[in-house]
Amino acid sequence: MAWFTRFVNSMRPRLPNDERGRMRAVANNLILHLHPTRVPAPALQMRRTWGLGGISALLTVILVLSGILLMFRYDASIERAYQSIQFLETAVPFGSLLRAIHHWSGNLLVITVTLHLVRVFFTGGFYGPRRSNWIFGLALLLLVLFFNFTGYLLPWDQLAFWAITVGVGLLDYVPLLGEAMATFLLGGREVGQAALRNFYALHVAVLPALLMLMLSYHFWRVRKDGGIALPTPSGPVEKLTTIPHLVGIELGVALLTLTALLGFAMLVPAPLEELANPAHPPNPAKAAWYFLGLQELLLHMHPLAAMLLSGSVMLGLAAVPYWDRDEAAIGIVGRSARGREAGLVGFLLSLLITPSLVVIDEWWLDLPSLLPTWSTLITNGVLPLALSLAGLALIYALLRYPLRARPSEALVGLFSFIGGALVVLTVVGVFLRGPDMVLMWP
Amino acid sequence: MTSSDLPTTLSRRDFLSLGLGALGLAGLLQSGAITYQFLAPRTIEGEFGGVVHAGELVSFPPGSVTEFPDGRFFLVRLDDGGLLAVYRRCTHLGCAVAWHPTEDRFTCPCHGSHFDQAGVVENPPAPRPLDTFAITLRDGQISVDTARPQRRDHFSVDQVVYG
Ligand code: HEM
Ligand code: FES
Repeated sequence: MAWFTRFVNSMRPRLPNDERGRMRAVANNLILHLHPTRVPAPALQMRRTWGLGGISALLTVILVLSGILLMFRYDASIERAYQSIQFLETAVPFGSLLRAIHHWSGNLLVITVTLHLVRVFFTGGFYGPRRSNWIFGLALLLLVLFFNFTGYLLPWDQLAFWAITVGVGLLDYVPLLGEAMATFLLGGREVGQAALRNFYALHVAVLPALLMLMLSYHFWRVRKDGGIALPTPSGPVEKLTTIPHLVGIELGVALLTLTALLGFAMLVPAPLEELANPAHPPNPAKAAWYFLGLQELLLHMHPLAAMLLSGSVMLGLAAVPYWDRDEAAIGIVGRSARGREAGLVGFLLSLLITPSLVVIDEWWLDLPSLLPTWSTLITNGVLPLALSLAGLALIYALLRYPLRARPSEALVGLFSFIGGALVVLTVVGVFLRGPDMVLMWP
Repeated sequence: MTSSDLPTTLSRRDFLSLGLGALGLAGLLQSGAITYQFLAPRTIEGEFGGVVHAGELVSFPPGSVTEFPDGRFFLVRLDDGGLLAVYRRCTHLGCAVAWHPTEDRFTCPCHGSHFDQAGVVENPPAPRPLDTFAITLRDGQISVDTARPQRRDHFSVDQVVYG
């Protein structure tokens, strides 16, 4: 068995045993050189990043690979798209598994990217020069959402058809350009063959290319900005070589993610509803779960108001680095003990207030019939929007003055409040909306 | 250097690079226009968008609602005998509404809007009545032009066609 031992030994990676050699190994490797050659020890603690950016990156790689395979079996025509998916699910070896991997990675990516944003916010990863990567990251989040949106038209089932119909219907409300944009995107007045083709081209060519470019820039910026945000050190910081310290952790996290993803995909196949029927939406007709928070808003206010509210939240997020300049708090979760307190208060308040508002609006408050002479654009649009924004301002003021939080700390509270509201609205949309979108107990 | 020191003539080098820049910009705009025209929506395929011959007036009794799935509309004969062709696209976000004869109304399953027989909103979120298509009535034959949905903010009798 001497040949076998020799074979095994020749396969063993030959790591340089001195620090310099290991640093050079990182710098000279195409993929590894995304990393610095040495990293500060505190950056390696799992609870600094929870590895969320890395997991997101891994998921995009999995999405690209599984997506390429799916392209060989998928047919982007409205007569055959659904059939080709059914064929994949029933006849193609591992077809169902591959589709499940692609589907669940896409879903998981929405979660990990959102949590990554939350992590960056709480550790103050947007201070100073990191500001530009924060704003760029928001664009990445929108891209990931749009990516999913184009993807779920492709199976051409009921969810696909109606979710896209409703989603693009939102565009119609954008003043001036809206209708032209909607027709351009769909390639016509309704969701049909032209829309399927457009979405397919976007999903498999345009968006992946854009995502790759944007991710490269994102990673490059992380390094330019001196790695991830850490608390200002009081003394000298120990630096460890990337190999094996960082790479080892990354491999571990990657393996865990892969195992969990594969296990889940084997147990739960990707859903497929009935063939799209343009005459009859399913009842209730729900969007994909991560858009149900927005859909829930639509039940309570005019589409333009709902879009303006979500738009204001996005703008607010983009403004965070200009609003909160408390740079001394960099790397400290929630800025300070008081900031963490504000966060908790904001979150709990939200868990209390958001469901109450949903219930009140559903069963008691009917502004349009209280003020019948007013245009519904005001009673159902301007008023709910103004009330929501005023509510948010009030929460901020409450944290700021009675609780005597600094702006940066009050902002943590406001962020948690909005996050809590999004969670509540999504839960209501997913579990508590029955036929005709009536509120009900599951 | 004050503004009076600025050269008043353009050097050959500046002139050429200005021209190059202008040409580049023109090229960019052209490529943009080409891409836009290349991608712009093609005409609507299939039947939808043409004129639909719905049949004879007498076959639709007053108070009836008949669906024309390919034409995307409901032919409504009001109780007073007037005709309306109601586009089935919900004015909220575009789901297809369904007619419920027992409740005498159109409902949209997507966000729960209700409309009466004439397509007028009974229950929001839909912001305006269902759109209609133009009807022509000749020798008791009904034809509906589905090319252009007509918006309306409220119901009025001039939207109704009488035989
Ligand atoms: C596909 C989407 C994304 C991927 C793959 C990704 C990946 C990464 C990675 C690998 C890092 C290094 C630190 C870590 O692992 O956490 C990072 C850092 C960062 N990300 Fe992202 N990211 C994505 C989206 C976003 C979004 C939505 C935001 C926020 C709006 C964002 C903002 C930032 C910022 C500001 C940093 C540097 C600050 C710090 O780490 O302390 N990224 N990203
Ligand atoms: S699309 Fe009909 S109620 Fe929203």
